[in-house]
Amino acid sequence: MSGSLEQMYQQVILDHAKHPHGRGLAEPADGHLRGESHQVNPTCGDEVTLRVDVVADGAGGAVVSGVSWEGQGCSISQASVSVMTELVTGRGLADVRELDATFHALMASRGKGLDDEAALESLGDGEAFTGVSQYPARIKCALLGWAALKDSLARSGALADPTGGTDD
Amino acid sequence: MTAADTVRPAQAEALTASELAAVRADFPLLGRTVRGGKPLVYLDSAATSQKPNVVLEAEVEFYEQRNAAVHRGAHQLAEEATEAFESARSAVASFVGADDGEIVWASGATAALNLVAYAFSNATAGRGGAAAERFRLEPGDEIVVTEAEHHANLVPWQELCARTGAVLRWFGVDDDGRIDLSDVDDVITDRTRIVAFGHVSNVTGAVGPVADLVAAARRVGAYTVLDACQSVPHLPVDLRSVGVDFAVFSAHKMLGPTGVGALYARRELLEAMPPVTTGGSMVEVVTMEGATYAPPPQRFEAGTQMVAQAVGMGVAAQWLDELGMARVARHEHELAAELLRITEIPGVRVVGPTDTTDRLAVVSFVVDGVHAHDVSQVLDDRGIAVRVGHHCAQPLHRRFGVAATARASASVYTTVDEITAFREALTGVRAFFGAE
Repeated sequence: MSGSLEQMYQQVILDHAKHPHGRGLAEPADGHLRGESHQVNPTCGDEVTLRVDVVADGAGGAVVSGVSWEGQGCSISQASVSVMTELVTGRGLADVRELDATFHALMASRGKGLDDEAALESLGDGEAFTGVSQYPARIKCALLGWAALKDSLARSGALADPTGGTDD
Repeated sequence: MTAADTVRPAQAEALTASELAAVRADFPLLGRTVRGGKPLVYLDSAATSQKPNVVLEAEVEFYEQRNAAVHRGAHQLAEEATEAFESARSAVASFVGADDGEIVWASGATAALNLVAYAFSNATAGRGGAAAERFRLEPGDEIVVTEAEHHANLVPWQELCARTGAVLRWFGVDDDGRIDLSDVDDVITDRTRIVAFGHVSNVTGAVGPVADLVAAARRVGAYTVLDACQSVPHLPVDLRSVGVDFAVFSAHKMLGPTGVGALYARRELLEAMPPVTTGGSMVEVVTMEGATYAPPPQRFEAGTQMVAQAVGMGVAAQWLDELGMARVARHEHELAAELLRITEIPGVRVVGPTDTTDRLAVVSFVVDGVHAHDVSQVLDDRGIAVRVGHHCAQPLHRRFGVAATARASASVYTTVDEITAFREALTGVRAFFGAE
């Protein structure tokens, strides 16, 4: 196997695909906001149903207190949802938006990664997806979960919450 | 005629090694490398075939020497362009055993199927006068398809039903991916008006029970529509002896250009059909109040046509004719057997028939524990191009309980060595993903 294939399928990705985080839909706690989104990649039939549990952080903002999901798809899409679940759980909405933008920038980098090392590090295991960005046909696999997250946050009402301070 | 009658590979002479080498030398793209210098192993011909030099040259020659609008203008170029366009129609017609007047150009098989569906729709709306009455659909009429259809031979019929009140019914498939006709007398009845089916499945490679379906449709006076996209490039096909009313196929799967395909319809049907796409070139007399329409095939060819592509399609048909479709079928029959040897690899499961009887060299498969996308990525890393996904046949994939399969498909230029390389690469896939 050549180097680029191994760059794409890094062990951390294969591990997440085999033992994904957050798999299995969970109901949000009482009083929390709930948002759910179903996303499909029509070219390959991959799909994910993702649910967020969002709670006010007491300081005028909102925090993603839980992410759970069900899905089927390739190792890239499944690992990406798993990594994202780890990354955003417990984070405020502004952080989530920043992570989403950083991950999208990484996917647009055509395998070059990001110059901003701090930004890259902020992605945690998500950094391992640099190799995926060399393959245009696979980028949407990696973004499927992020699309579901964005949509479920919008559906939760958290983004429109006048006290949330997030004016998306 | 049974399905088996359409495939007689043993009667033709195999391609010799030097003939196959000469065939391959005719396809410039096959000489390129991919993914860092690896020879290309192109096993995605069911999606689109590669093109021989003569096809590429015919398009260039048309633009360099003959380019003009056809069927209008009296200058020399217009004459030559029209001649090239109509000669191509003759070549395509004779390739499938039809008359010139029975071939209508379309942008591809999808457009051709929609043309047929909309002709029924327009007749139902009262267009086409008394001649088109025969195509009128009433609420409660039935249109029959199969669970194995490509979306192009399914969705247009769903839409036609929605517009007319007709009801869609279908045959299921068995565990081998063969059309299950055990309930034929329940499915094809006096209410049936149209029976639409594929000649060869683009997923399972199975040759459909065409003769049985045609016979059943004839018993009740229903029209038959054949999706011949996956048969015409690979088998000798004589549409008149197949006996269908309508058939469609695309140039780009039979070594021709993209953007062109053919609708075959029996002449008397074309004569009676109302137009679908309207505009220039398909009319006789136009006033501010209305128009009368040209006879077929021009009635169905509104607007400036894809002339260079049509010329290319004609040349592709001639190229295949010269090699001989029986020999093409014989060669690909051997390739099908080689492809099916993937069943010897642990964890690999074929979706479709696993023997070469009445099946072509299109083999879809799943690898236990590894998603099709991941399978194809490993193959691609070795320079091997296969298709992944649902291959525009979601209901068939649902029938087999899978969202996606990988598919390897051959054409006349494919070699046994390429399929050996494919099998070797596939053997390593499960280990790479730790699925063993």
